[in-house]
Formats: sequence, C-alpha cells, structure tokens
Amino acid sequence: MSLDIILLAMLDGLSYGAQVFLVAVGLSLIFGVLRVVNVAHGSFYAIGAYVAASMGIWIATAGWSPWLSYPAMLVAAILVGVVVGGLLEATLLRRIYGKEQVLQLLVTFAVFMILEDVQKVTWGVKPYFVNTPLSLLGTVNVLGINYSIYQLAVIPLVALCVLLGLRFILRYTRIGRIVTAVTEDREASMAMGVDSSRVYLFTFMAGAALAAFGGALASGSTSLVPGMGSGMIILSFAVAATAGLGQIEGAAVAALMIGLGRSIAVYLAPEFDVLMPYLIMFVVLLFKPQGLFSTLQTRKV
Amino acid sequence: MRFDLLLGAIAFCAVAGVPFFIPWATVMLTIALGVGLAVLGVVVLLRAGQISFGHGLFYAAGAYTVAFLVQARLGLDTLLLLPAGALVATVIAIVFGFFAVRYRDIFFAMINLAVSMVAFSLLEKLYGITGGGDGLNVARPTLAGLKLGRVSFEFWMFYTTLAIVVVVALAVGRYLASPLGKGLEAIKSNETRLEYLGVSSGRILHIAYAVSACLAGLGGGVIAIVTGHVAPEFAYWVRSGEFVFIAILGGAGNVVGAFAGSIVYEIVRNYAAAFAADYWQTILGVSLIAIIMFAPQGLTQLRFGKRRTGA
Amino acid sequence: MKQIVLKADNLRLRFGGVVAADGASLTAYAGDRIAIIGPNGAGKTTFVNICTGYLKPQSGAVIFEGKDITPLAPRTIARGGIGRSFQLPQLFLDNTVFENLLLALSAREGTWRPWMRLDRHPKADEMRDMLEVIGLSKVGDRPVRELPEGMRKLIDIAVALALKPRLVFMDEPTSGVSSREKFSIMDTLVRALDHSATTAIFVEHDMDVVSRYADRVAVWTGGKIALEGTPEHVLNDPDVRKNVIGV
Repeated sequence: MSLDIILLAMLDGLSYGAQVFLVAVGLSLIFGVLRVVNVAHGSFYAIGAYVAASMGIWIATAGWSPWLSYPAMLVAAILVGVVVGGLLEATLLRRIYGKEQVLQLLVTFAVFMILEDVQKVTWGVKPYFVNTPLSLLGTVNVLGINYSIYQLAVIPLVALCVLLGLRFILRYTRIGRIVTAVTEDREASMAMGVDSSRVYLFTFMAGAALAAFGGALASGSTSLVPGMGSGMIILSFAVAATAGLGQIEGAAVAALMIGLGRSIAVYLAPEFDVLMPYLIMFVVLLFKPQGLFSTLQTRKV
Repeated sequence: MRFDLLLGAIAFCAVAGVPFFIPWATVMLTIALGVGLAVLGVVVLLRAGQISFGHGLFYAAGAYTVAFLVQARLGLDTLLLLPAGALVATVIAIVFGFFAVRYRDIFFAMINLAVSMVAFSLLEKLYGITGGGDGLNVARPTLAGLKLGRVSFEFWMFYTTLAIVVVVALAVGRYLASPLGKGLEAIKSNETRLEYLGVSSGRILHIAYAVSACLAGLGGGVIAIVTGHVAPEFAYWVRSGEFVFIAILGGAGNVVGAFAGSIVYEIVRNYAAAFAADYWQTILGVSLIAIIMFAPQGLTQLRFGKRRTGA
Repeated sequence: MKQIVLKADNLRLRFGGVVAADGASLTAYAGDRIAIIGPNGAGKTTFVNICTGYLKPQSGAVIFEGKDITPLAPRTIARGGIGRSFQLPQLFLDNTVFENLLLALSAREGTWRPWMRLDRHPKADEMRDMLEVIGLSKVGDRPVRELPEGMRKLIDIAVALALKPRLVFMDEPTSGVSSREKFSIMDTLVRALDHSATTAIFVEHDMDVVSRYADRVAVWTGGKIALEGTPEHVLNDPDVRKNVIGV
C-alpha cells in the first residue's frame, strides 16, 4: 500500500466520516433527550438529500446563480427538520414516550417503512445525481492526487462548524443548557419543572435537521438511490453506539474512526468495506459495552 | 394451554384441507408456513421483551445453506437439507450470540439489524460464491427419497412443511412453558431478581437466541425449496421487519398466532400488493402503528378476548 | 463456640463525595438473627448490597463460610448460598406467584429442562407447601402484577428462602405491611428460618419487631456498625434512643 493510497483513503475517510457524524450526532442528541432511538432517522438523511437535490435542479432551471445551491442545502435541512421532524414528533412520538422501549422502537420502525415509500413515490427509484456543488469548486492537487475541494474541504469544515456550534449552543444558551441538563439527569430536570414537550419538539427537530443536513451535503457528491436511508440509520447507530449514546463530541471521534476504517477497507478489500464500521463497533462494544465515552449508570435496588 | 391446543387443532384441520379444496393456494400456504417458522423465532425472543430487526440473517442462512448444498449436487434429500439449513443458522446464532445477548432493547435490536445488513451486503457483493444480487436457483430436490414432478412435489412439500410446523409448534409451546421459557418472561420483567437467584439471564437468552435462529433457518430452508430461488433480500431489513410485523400482528408471544399471522399476511400481500405495490410498506407501517396504539395484544388476542399472560 | 457464617471486614466505599461505608465490620454466627437499625438514608441497604455482590467495596472484604466472596458477582454469591429480599420487592411481575417460586426452585436445583413444564417440576409440592406456609395459596395462580404491595413483600422473601440459602439478608421485611400483620408475618418467617437453620440479617425500622425477633442488634451510623449487642442492651442505650429510635 503506497503512500498516496493511504493519503487518498484518509481524505475519503475524513469526508465520509464528516457526513456520518452529522447524522449520528442528530441521532445521539435525540436519544439523549427523548430516550428514543429513532429508526426513522435514516429517512431524514435520505429526504434531506432528495430535497437538496430537487432544490439544486430548481435553481438551475430558474436560471439563478449555481452558487445558490450551497445555501439551498441548509434551507433543505431546516425545512426537513422542522416540517417532517416536527410533524412526526407532534403527531406520533409524543404519544409513545411513556411506553415500553420495544414499542417505541417498533413505532419509529413503522415510520421508517412509511417514509421509504414516500421517497419512492416522490422521487422515483432512478438514481438522482446533481453534481453542481461538486463541479463548481473544482479540484485541488494534494501530493499528486486530484481531489475535489467540495469533499476535501467543504464537507469536513461544515461538520466542524456544526460540532463547534453545537458545543456552543449546548453550553452557553438557555435551551442548550436545558437540553444538556435533561440528557444528564432526566428525573431531576423534570422535577425542576422543565417544559418537556417544548424541549422534546425542539430537540427532535434539531436532530432531524442535522440528519437532513448530512443528506443534503451528501447529495452534492453522491448519487441518490432508494434504500440509502436504511444504510445510514445503521451506520449512524454504529457511530452513536461506539461513542456512547447521547455523547456529542464522542460521536465526532467515532465517526472519524469509522469513516477512516471504512475508506481504508475500500482500498484494501473492497468487498468488505461495509463490514468495517460494524467491526469497529463490535470491537469497541466488546470492551466497553456502554460505548467509548459514556459514563456507566447502574440501576438502584 | 388446552384452549391453545384446541385452537391449534382447528387451525390445523382448516389448513390441512387446502390442497384438496383450493389447490392453487398450496404453494402460497407453504410459503406462509415457512415464513411462520421464522416469525415463531421472533416470537420466542419477544417473550423476553427483545426484538430482533435482523432475523433475516438466520432466515437467509438457512436458505443459502440449502441452495449451496443443492448446487453442490450431493443429491441430498429435502428431509436432510432442511435440518442442515437450520443447523447452520443455529451455529451462527450460537457464535454471534456470545456478543448479542449481552445487550437488551435498543442495542439488541440494532446490533441484530447491523449484522443482518452486513450479511446482506456480503451476499450481494461476493458474486462468485453467492450469485450476487440475482441470487441462486435451487433445483427441486428429492422428497423422502422420491423424485416428484412439480405439482406432486408442491403437494407433498406442503404436507411435509405442515408436519414440521405441527411438531415445531408443540415443541416450542413446551419449551416456552418450561423453566427456560418462563425464564424469558423473567428476563422481561426483572433481571435483577434473576441475578439474585443465581441465574445467568445471558445464558437463558442465548439459548432462546439459538432456538429462534434455528426456527428462522428452518423457515428459510423451506422457502428456498418451495420457491426454488434464494436472493440477498432474504437478509434485508425489510424481510426482518416483516417477521417482527407478523409477530406483533399475530399477538406477541403467541405460538399459534405466529402461523395465523403469517397466513393472513401472505394472503393479503398476494392480493393487496398487486394493487398497491408502491404503498405496501406504508400499509404495513400504518397497521403496525395502529396495532401498537389500539390493540397491543395483536390479532389472536383481539379475536378471543383478553387472556392471561403465559397463553 | 458457634461457627462464623459471615464476616464483613472493614468495608469502605465512597461514591464521589458521599461516604457510603466507612470501615464497616460485622460478624454473623450460625443461627443468628441480626437486626441492623439506623437512621434513614444512612446506607444500610448499601451494606446489604456490598455483602451480596451488587456493589464492590474500595477496600475491605466479605468472607462467607471462610471464603472471600468480595470480588464475586451477585449471581455467583447467590449460587453460593446467600439469599436476599429487597426493600422494594423484585419479582417477575408477569408470572404467577407460584411460577416465581418455581423459578427460584429451578435455579436452586439447576433443573432447566426445556421438555419439562415448569408447573410439573418434580419438587413443585415443596413450593406449594411454602405458599401454604406464607398463607398465599389462594393467590398462587395470579400474576404478581395484580397483587398488593404487602403480599409482594412476602413473596419476595419467600422467593429468597426458596433458594434454601444458608444466610439470608432481608431489607426491611415488614415495611409496607400493615402493623396488624407484621407479627404474624415475622412469626411465619422465623419459623421458616428455624426450620431450615438459616442465619438471617435483616434491616429493620420497627423496634417492636427488632426487640421481639432479633437476638442481636447492630446500629449502623456514619457508614459503620457503631454499636452491637443484645436487643435489651442496644435499645436501651441513651444515644440510640435519642438518635435512632427518636424518643
């Protein structure tokens, strides 16, 4: 394995890990507050990608500046988070918070099934590819390898901004502090009179928007196919579980690990690239069942 | 228990008559029974309050084992192929179980989902071995040593499957009433106490995991032989989701319900799917939510009123 | 000289800034009925949790029948002959009372046969007798979920005793039980303990119960056993009367 292949693998892994991070951090955020693993999370990713791609096409046909397709991604993400995520939380999830975990899992799984159909009906089953965001920025030569600036710089930088932004919001804003408090000690913060229904709605929309943003960014460089959501939910769960559910910064580390692991596998043994993320997860969970960064909690008897 | 036996006997008589009265439904019903075996596997785990979103893995393991053995031209009989498929699925579950049964609830469900999706991708990518996305064809094997034509094979395969289902249902019913089966309910309600009884809940769940994979593998083998084809979709999450769906539909934790549920499901799918192919998953999703919200006991319980736990 | 069954030696455990155990020691001899009393929230349950393996002390050791059990898991300790009941009953709520006992029986006998119905366990009669003894025969076939707290308390203890432990910890056996019933429950309990020659250590708040059923009393304050002796001696100690009993 030569040096440039290693470099290429690392750049790929960075870009891929950054996308996965956005989705996984949304999943983790939602779990931290709502204690629900949202199986439909992968659908937000896919829908975010489709909406961003549609907006890109729309901008092109309207004859507007193609540079608008970058802010359109953010708009698409917020739109999906608020509309799809908000609707889901307010109409359905709200009714199942008190129920058994197994039932919550089933309900979000059912939503996932429904949203898969919604995607197929709305966007068809043919691959979608809008490469404006990719081609607009061109490529850059890194040690003899041509690499697209979009994947090399834009996606990782955006992910970094999201990470820093999230840290800031969670530490220094009122709503962020409430979210942190609920994540850390649910009973205590509920007892202190936190308005849970608003926090839940906000968190769920934010989490959904993050997943959709991951999808929107991905839409700039990959083709969109049906089933992309199912792959992503498992992958983002692997990342969130590796980090420890509810861990924000941990998700970034885990996403990077899994992104790098996968892209190295792509170059070494392409048949097994899908195995790599789960292998990493299994190994981590074998030694740290609660994930890398979580603090252990025991039940009181 | 008496009630369940009676119910089972009535269902058995109704189903057993089908090839005579509605011959064209024979294959469909055999498929439903095969799927029912896999659903029963999910039901066993539901007893412990655990959901597997990845039982397609074991189903595919059984099916592909049968396909490989048939392609290897060893001349193995159906009655050997089916146990072989079940055995391979069981072995996989025993090995992976050392990892999986350490987890509960969300983690258990998602880890199963993850491993089944890995299997799905491998089945699709390792073209040379698995035939890739097209899958493999399974030539019709002998049945009890006899080379049969298509129609009589389908006829006898149905009764073979029905016999297997009856034996399996009785055995699983007994297992669920045994200390090991009751231990599953104990895992669902209070693992702390189980621990203080000196019992390893992990081991009880591990056994259930193996049993449940064995059932799914058996079901996968039946489907491989009856449909003459296996494909990576057998391990896809949609298939695993269907098993969970039918288990809930039939009344979570009910042996007869697993088969009743899959027969109803197969019939509806055969007709409704043709009219609403694009909306099939939506229909499943909406009914799943409706069952959970309004009839958590499932169909069998809905029909026969509320019954005590441990039915 | 009676045989030493349990020796808790200088146990220390702190969570963060809270000191849960601070040099706690206690020795139990065969056939003892030791009551642990002490102010609320002082960590009496923590002591039980350490002795039964649920919590691990930072230093000190728990010796059971001459064997160091400190590092063992609760499961292994339970199999080794220590049973326990809980302040809040820990039962299999979806199973019947009878099944709860039968599962304990299966655990004790190691009879995990998949072809044998649980209710046809060869020693099921023993559990039926136990139901009789604790006066719950009538509700034997009802799921525990449907029964009131007081009954659950009794079932919880019965499940612990069904293991035939050589030592049993009982965490407030009479809390949640009406004061009218507490003596009859304790009478039944002590009879069962005598019958099986089981050593018992119980956490108790009710001083009537303590003076009537304990042969030794240990006062738990400040994360250790501060005073130990016969019920007359301890319950008449001025400090104990003031700080623990509150008179």
